[in-house]
Amino acid sequence: MPFLEIDGVSKGFPAAGGHTEVLRQLSLGIEKGEFVAIVGYSGSGKTTLISLIAGLLAPDKGEVRLEGRALSGPGPDRGVVFQNYSLLPWMTVYENVLLAVDQVFPEWSKEQRREHAERYIALVNLTRARNQRPRELSGGMRQRVAVARALAMDPAVLLLDEPLSALDALTRATLQGEIERIWAANKKTVVMITNDVDEGILLADRIVPLSAGPGATFGPAVTVDIERPRDRKALNHDPRFKNLRGEVIDYLLGPGARKKGAARPRSAGEVAAPLEVGT
Amino acid sequence: MNLAQKLAAVSVPLIGVGAVLLAWSLSSRTWSKSLPSPSRTWEMSRPYVAQPLEKRGEMDQGVLRFAWYSLVLVAKGYALALAVGTPLGFLLGLSPFFNRSFDPIIQVLRPVSPLAWLPLGLVLFENSKPAALFTIAICAMWPTVLNTAVGVRAIPQDYLNVARVLKLSPPKRLFKILIPATLPYMFTGFRLSLGIAWLVIVAVEMLTGAPGIGGFLWQEYNSLIYEHIILCILTIGLVGFVLDKMMGLVESRFKVA
Repeated sequence: MPFLEIDGVSKGFPAAGGHTEVLRQLSLGIEKGEFVAIVGYSGSGKTTLISLIAGLLAPDKGEVRLEGRALSGPGPDRGVVFQNYSLLPWMTVYENVLLAVDQVFPEWSKEQRREHAERYIALVNLTRARNQRPRELSGGMRQRVAVARALAMDPAVLLLDEPLSALDALTRATLQGEIERIWAANKKTVVMITNDVDEGILLADRIVPLSAGPGATFGPAVTVDIERPRDRKALNHDPRFKNLRGEVIDYLLGPGARKKGAARPRSAGEVAAPLEVGT
Repeated sequence: MNLAQKLAAVSVPLIGVGAVLLAWSLSSRTWSKSLPSPSRTWEMSRPYVAQPLEKRGEMDQGVLRFAWYSLVLVAKGYALALAVGTPLGFLLGLSPFFNRSFDPIIQVLRPVSPLAWLPLGLVLFENSKPAALFTIAICAMWPTVLNTAVGVRAIPQDYLNVARVLKLSPPKRLFKILIPATLPYMFTGFRLSLGIAWLVIVAVEMLTGAPGIGGFLWQEYNSLIYEHIILCILTIGLVGFVLDKMMGLVESRFKVA
């Protein structure tokens, strides 16, 4: 039995003139400690999928199970790093993390909770920014606060919703390294949503492509059999990397692309743009 | 800013003041003989302005002393307005059902003049003091109610998701998420409410005869000392201006990114 199981999940929303099915019949099993990247087009329902796993949305059909139990709502066993970080702007870095710690470990002493929060702030290298508020931080730093807050809850699963998409390429590369380091140190089960195939190959054990919506479905999963730690520069010349990338992109541009004449017309350029293929 | 700019910053607003003084002066000379001229107004007002805290009798006191009485009454009514208006705003913002049931009646009560509420207050409380507080509170609370409600509805879903993922208890959700997220809107409401409370006080004092800047104004009208009417108007305006500036400063401190 997989640790985290998405079983026949469909989800739609009311739309003009009826109902749009965003996700159709998704099934995926994720093992404990596994790092899975879900790669897909912008607007294909990736955030909807992460919200379903987080329990912020309920599926129309099917269910999501964690250790065999069906999920019925959000909870701190699934730490979420939202796309826009969702830090509370009136709280400092420390207070943002501590709010989560206080909530998840109410039985600990005040001192224990303080130390725990400090430890995770240190883990993402933000001790010096401890007393700053989110608006005083750069995008990359906010992102790290969000990661620290999610990790400090000691969740069974870490859900990352395009965590790096709003960052510039250099910051992005740095944080990719940090995410891998933190994952290796904590051995959390991670589900990461991304529109960057290379990012998926760099970080994940397995890549699951999500086809274009509406009615997005999973494509064939691709196992990333490249040993860790993975070197970004060496990867570019690794034939296995090229093969993997080819496999994922072939699916996304081929069977996984929008069907011709689908509900929402968009130019070919717009569809292709959100997929970052080159390096 | 160089000297010329500084000079302009001070002198340009004086053009407006000068124009009003001129119109006032001309009016008192031409079509309205009973309107006292600016110089005569200053002459008659000097003892009240020069010794602003002097108390010569119950209805013969310096302008700041009168203004202070009014401010104390406003403060009480305003506190009542905030104490009732803020929770009401939260309820309207949080509960669509509550909003649907109470929004129409609020829209009807909101434009009612203080002059209309005061007699009802007198009927209800049979005493001018609580009636005055009632009138200030019920007129001043609407901007607080409506802005708080808008602020609560405008809370980004992200913050509410944080509360859900962390499973915050309702009180924690209120104090850690809802109130801080709504504060900027609440303070806009508080500032507008204070402006209204200060508008209302004059009407209330006129009708109840309570000592204060509005009561003084009405008494001087009845005593045919028209110069003091103008003195009172200017005092009310200046105090209101200072109050608004002060609230503006507080408000800007709560604007978060």
